[in-house]
Amino acid sequence: MSRVRVLVGTKKGAFVCESDGQRKNWKIEGPHFGGWEIYHMKGSPVDPNRIYASQSNAWFGQIIQRSDDGGKSWNPPGSKPEELVNEMGWPQGESNKFVYEGIAGTHRWYDGTPHPWEFKRVWHLEPSLSDPNTVLAGVEDAALFQSKDGGKTWAELPGLRTHTTGGDWQPGAGGMCLHTILVDPKNQKRIWVAISAAGCFRSDDGGITWKPTNKGLVSNFMPSPEAEVGHCVHRIAFHPSKPDTLFMQKHWDVMRSDDAGDTWHEVSGNLPSDFGFPIEVNSNEPETVYVVPILSDAEHYVPEGKLRVYRSKTGGNEWEPLTNGLPQANCYVNVLRDASAVDTLDDCGIYFGTTGGQVYVSPDGGDHWTAINEHFPSVLSVEVQTFK
Amino acid sequence: MEAQRVRVTLPHHLQKLARVAPEVEIEVAAPVSVATVLDALEASYPVLKGTIRDHVTHNRRPFLRFFAAGEDISLEPPGHALPDSIAAGREPLMVVGAIAGG
Repeated sequence: MSRVRVLVGTKKGAFVCESDGQRKNWKIEGPHFGGWEIYHMKGSPVDPNRIYASQSNAWFGQIIQRSDDGGKSWNPPGSKPEELVNEMGWPQGESNKFVYEGIAGTHRWYDGTPHPWEFKRVWHLEPSLSDPNTVLAGVEDAALFQSKDGGKTWAELPGLRTHTTGGDWQPGAGGMCLHTILVDPKNQKRIWVAISAAGCFRSDDGGITWKPTNKGLVSNFMPSPEAEVGHCVHRIAFHPSKPDTLFMQKHWDVMRSDDAGDTWHEVSGNLPSDFGFPIEVNSNEPETVYVVPILSDAEHYVPEGKLRVYRSKTGGNEWEPLTNGLPQANCYVNVLRDASAVDTLDDCGIYFGTTGGQVYVSPDGGDHWTAINEHFPSVLSVEVQTFK
Repeated sequence: MEAQRVRVTLPHHLQKLARVAPEVEIEVAAPVSVATVLDALEASYPVLKGTIRDHVTHNRRPFLRFFAAGEDISLEPPGHALPDSIAAGREPLMVVGAIAGG
């Protein structure tokens, strides 16, 4: 029987929600890591019971946690199961060491002055498509790290941060974060990342070298609106069967590329606002795309007090509001960039979580919505695992 | 020199992380200072590495404070000897999280 497992990261802990393929009745477990911010959790595609979690806060820094039983129990990773805890039950792992390679150097600060690169947290974890022990981590200040031992130790892939444009990268309001990692399932050496506010970058050699892929982006807050870097890309997404076609939710503008990011064109069309954070592609329909418009960069809530997901079945430009089951009055939440996901069941399920603590699911591609739970802490991330 | 038993209190988040009671007792090689106490604490509880002080620089994380014998010693050099009451285990070294944020 098919089933799904939804991983919810919040400002005050993590939750694991499970349902059968109907996606109507949910069993919710948590909070795990109560009181900590969980920026992201994601399961290994190879071993779905292995789940990585990014646990952090401003007081105590960054911890990587790992579950090998589908989210029931968690430990800082050790190389062997018997090394996870000692005979007293204390965690043995030390998995929170993220140190930039070489001299970290500087990037541009908000006021334009040079500012040292400082590690703050892991925003996104991307487990390998082929090895459960290998996982990429996108961090703030923006860089890409990799673990090959199940999250126990981490090494930077420094070619990205040391790109010749790195000194010109600048933090967005949320910090200078590497928040999106896409790996081409047909060629795992091809990787895209997105950074606020630097832009989109692609590697064709497994993360050793990188090139900015921002041609066609226009950001009017920049002195040179069409500059090579400096764009506040909020999210990128693709369908695994069509990795050359990328969709982007930028600070303003919804964009599309059909040449693996080499060039972009706007597909905002009739959206009520083209500002937003998440963007998703239907798992069964590569030209069906979802966004959640937000009023503006100053007003991070949905327009008109109505929580509306917008769907385009034409790969952009023509958008329809999806409202059935979502609050249509007095709603002023936001949906953050890593807080949406799609499953891979025959009728694609769409999931998103809000800053108000609601997590919604549509089991029919967006036509009807119900709440998995309406009272989580503010939601930072949502991922889903599909079991067929 | 002889190792001494030192008591350390930890903030709630670190208790949960290390799965320990609010106060732990650890063996610290003399001279007893914040630096040697943290060395011993991290050796006993590796998961705490990086959570109280930076991995590389060993600088105290900005939102944490250290209290000993009723005094805030956060800004003292970490190698300074701690009061006898701490070194003798009569009072705990307190690691305290700043009261800030939500």
